[in-house]
Amino acid sequence: MSKATQVPVRRAGHTDLESTRRTPAPPAGDLIDSPRFPVQAKVELGNPVQRKNLHHAMTTIRAKRTKVAAELDNWEDLRLAGEAIKNRTLRHLDQYLVQLEESLTAAGTTVHWARDAQEANAIIVGLVNEALGDAEGDAREVVKVKSMATQEIDMNEALEEAGIAAWETDLAELIVQLGHDRPSHILVPAIHRNRSEVREIFLEEMGRYGRPAPEGLDTEPANLAGAARLHLREKFLRAKVAISGANFAVAETGTLVVVESEGNGRMCLTLAETLISVVGIEKVLPTVEDLEVFLQLLPRSSTGERMNPYTSLWTGPTAGDGPQTMHVVLIDNGRTKVLSDPKGREALRCIRCSACINVCPVYEKVGGHAYGSVYPGPIGSVLTPQLRGVTSPVDASLPYASTLCGACFDVCPVRIPLPDLLVHMRHKVVEGKKAKAEADGLKGLLHPHAEPAIMKATAQVLSSPKLWAAATAAGSLGGKALKGRVAKFGPLPWPLSKWTNARDVPIPPTESFRAWYARTHHEDGSLK
Amino acid sequence: MTITSPTTQGRPAAGAAGAGKTVALFSTCANDVMFPQAPMATTQLLERLGCRVVFPKKQTCCGQPLVNTGYYDETVPIVRNFAETFAEYDYVVAPSGSCVGAVRHQHQMLADHAGDAGLRRVVDGVVARTYDISEFLIDVLGVEDVGAYFPHVVTYHPTCHSMRVAHVGDRPMRLLQAVRGITIRDLPDADRCCGFGGTFSLKNPDVSVAMAADKARNVASTGAEYLVAGDNLCLLNISGVLRRQHSGILPIHIAEVLASTEEAS
Ligand code: SF4
Repeated sequence: MSKATQVPVRRAGHTDLESTRRTPAPPAGDLIDSPRFPVQAKVELGNPVQRKNLHHAMTTIRAKRTKVAAELDNWEDLRLAGEAIKNRTLRHLDQYLVQLEESLTAAGTTVHWARDAQEANAIIVGLVNEALGDAEGDAREVVKVKSMATQEIDMNEALEEAGIAAWETDLAELIVQLGHDRPSHILVPAIHRNRSEVREIFLEEMGRYGRPAPEGLDTEPANLAGAARLHLREKFLRAKVAISGANFAVAETGTLVVVESEGNGRMCLTLAETLISVVGIEKVLPTVEDLEVFLQLLPRSSTGERMNPYTSLWTGPTAGDGPQTMHVVLIDNGRTKVLSDPKGREALRCIRCSACINVCPVYEKVGGHAYGSVYPGPIGSVLTPQLRGVTSPVDASLPYASTLCGACFDVCPVRIPLPDLLVHMRHKVVEGKKAKAEADGLKGLLHPHAEPAIMKATAQVLSSPKLWAAATAAGSLGGKALKGRVAKFGPLPWPLSKWTNARDVPIPPTESFRAWYARTHHEDGSLK
Repeated sequence: MTITSPTTQGRPAAGAAGAGKTVALFSTCANDVMFPQAPMATTQLLERLGCRVVFPKKQTCCGQPLVNTGYYDETVPIVRNFAETFAEYDYVVAPSGSCVGAVRHQHQMLADHAGDAGLRRVVDGVVARTYDISEFLIDVLGVEDVGAYFPHVVTYHPTCHSMRVAHVGDRPMRLLQAVRGITIRDLPDADRCCGFGGTFSLKNPDVSVAMAADKARNVASTGAEYLVAGDNLCLLNISGVLRRQHSGILPIHIAEVLASTEEAS
C-alpha cells in the first residue's frame, strides 16, 4: 500500500491536556455532537482504504455466519426461543432484577444501581478509588474486558478525569485506544484498520503507555498479536482492579457470563483483586438453562463460530481463587425509557452479536464512525436514538441511515424487527419535526421544516383519486413535451440532482397506464 | 395484443388457468406514470391466461413512500382509499413485490395507528387477497410456464422488498426458467440491496450511489442483455448507473418478459 493512501492515525483533540493524561486521548468532542449521518457518511465514503478493509472483512464474516447458521436444522427454532426468552424476561424485568440482586448479594457480590452514565461513573470511580487505596502513579490503573456498557457511559474518560488509567485489553480495543481513535464496530472495533496501520500505531504509541513494540515489528498478524501480548501482560500482572461488562446475568443464581475470543478477558477476570462489572439491566436472563439457547445463537451469529472460545461464568468470589471483591453496577441509562415503548422495546432483546451490522450494506460502505454512536449499523440506528432521544441532529438522522432492505432482520438471532423499528423511529423523528414546525409557526414552512409540508401535499394527492388522475395526466403531458428531444435526463435541479448526479433517468412515457387502459378496455375489463 | 395459443406449441395448456377469474390490477403509482409497460404487460399476460383484468380507477398508491419516511397520519387516508378501492375484488394483483409487501406488512399497522377497527377489518380482507404477479401466477393460477418466449440473455435481481417483505421466494426465478429461448446468468451478490431505499436515495445520496455502483458492476459482469426485476424503481436506480456508464444493459420488468411471445417478437 502506498503511503499516500494510508489513513492518518486520528489525533487527539485535547493536546493541551495530553501531558497530564494517563491514557491516549480519544478524538475530541462527544459522540452525540457528531455531524448528521449523511454528512459524515460522505466523509467516510471518501476513504478508499477503509472501504476496502470493510468490504473484505464484512464479506468474510458474513459468509462464515451464513455457513454455521445453516448447519443447524433448528436454527429458526433457536431464534424463536431466543426471542421468547428475552420477551418474557423484559415483560417481568422488575421481578427478575430484584431476583438478580438477591442472588448476586447471596453470592457475595455487592450490587449498585445507576440511573444514568453520570451516576454509573461516580459509583465506578468511587469503587476503584476504594480498591486502590493510597496507591500512586502507575498503580492508579484498571484493566478492562471489552464492554459496550462502559463505552456507552464513556467510563474511560470519567476514570481519566479522576486520575485513573483504564487500559483496554481486547486486542482490537487496544488498537483503537492506542490509535487515539473510536471503535467502528461493536465486535471488531478496529475493523477499519488494516495490518500496516496497526503496525504503525503499535510502533508509535506502545512505548508511551507501557512496554514498547519490538523493534523491527512487521505486519504479520502473529507478530502484531505477539507485540500486544507482551504490552498487555505487564498490565495484567500489575493491575489490582479489573472492569468488565457481562453478556448475560443469570437472575436465578447471580452468575455473570462474559463471552470473548482472546482469553484477555479471562486474564482480567481472574488476575485482579477487585472485579467491577458494569451491566445493562436488559442483560438479565432468568435461568442458567436459558444459556443453552444463547450460547448457541451468539457465537454463530457474531464470529461465525460453532462454539465460543472463552466463555467465563462466575458466581461471586471464591476464597483463594480469583478476585476476592466483586461489584456489579446495574445501569439503566435510558433502558427503562425504551422499555416503556411497546414497539421500541423490541430493541432491548439485542445480545450485541453484530450480525445485523455485518450484513448491512450501508454500514459496509461507510463504517461505524459515520453513526456518531457507540452502536453503529441497524441496531445502533434504532437503539441509540431511543437511548439518547431524537433531538440531536445525528440522532434524528440515524433512523434514515438504512434502505430498509431487511437483511438485518433475517440474521438477527433474537428476531428484532429492525426495519420496522427504523420506520417506527422515523415516525418519532417526524412527530418531533411537526411539533417544532408548529411551534415555529410560519417560519416552519421554510427549510428545514419543508419536509412535513411536502409530505402533506403529496399525501393529499395520493389519497384523492381525482387529484391523482390529474397528476398522471400532467406527467404524461411532460413526457409528450419532451418526446423526441431527449432520450434521457441528465443532471436535474435540486433536490432531484441528488439522483441525477450519478444516474441517468429515462424521459417519462407519453401515455400513463390508466390512459392506455381506458383507451383499450371497457370498465368491466372487456377489450374495446 | 397477442394471445398465445399454447396448444399450437405442443405445450401444456396454460391458457385456461385464469378462466373465470377477475383480477383487479393495482398498477402502483410509479408504474402508472413512469413505467406503464409493466402493468400493460401484466394485463396482457393475465388476459392471455384467461383472466378478466379490471383497473379500478380510484386507485392511487400503497402509501409506502410516506410511511417509510415516518409520516403515519398522512398515510392513513391513502390506506383507506386502497382498501375501499379493492375491497370488492377476490384478487388484487400488482407488478411490484415492494408495493405488495407494503400493503401486506404496513396497512394493518396503519389502520391500528388510526385506531379505526372498521378500517382494520376491511384492510385484513384486502391484504389477504393482494398478490405480486409472480405469486398470483404460481399460487393461484398454478402455472409456471406461462407460454412466454424471450430469446435473450438476462440476469435477475431479487429486489429486497420482494424477497424479505412480500416473500415471493423463488417464484420469479421459476417463472423465468420456464420461458423459452431465455438464458439466465447468475447475478453475483444478488441478495445485496441496490441502494434505492425510496427516500433513502435522496436523504443519503452518496451512500445510495455507492451501493448502486456495486450492483451495476455485478450486473455488468454477467454479460447479460437485460436486467430483470420485479420492481421498477430498483431497476430505475440500477439502470440509471448502467446508462451513465453506457453499458447497454437494458432494464426490464419480469412481467414484460413473461408477456413476451413468439408472435409478438
Ligand atoms: S440487533 Fe440482533 S443482529 Fe443486531 S447486534 Fe443485536 S442481536 Fe445481533
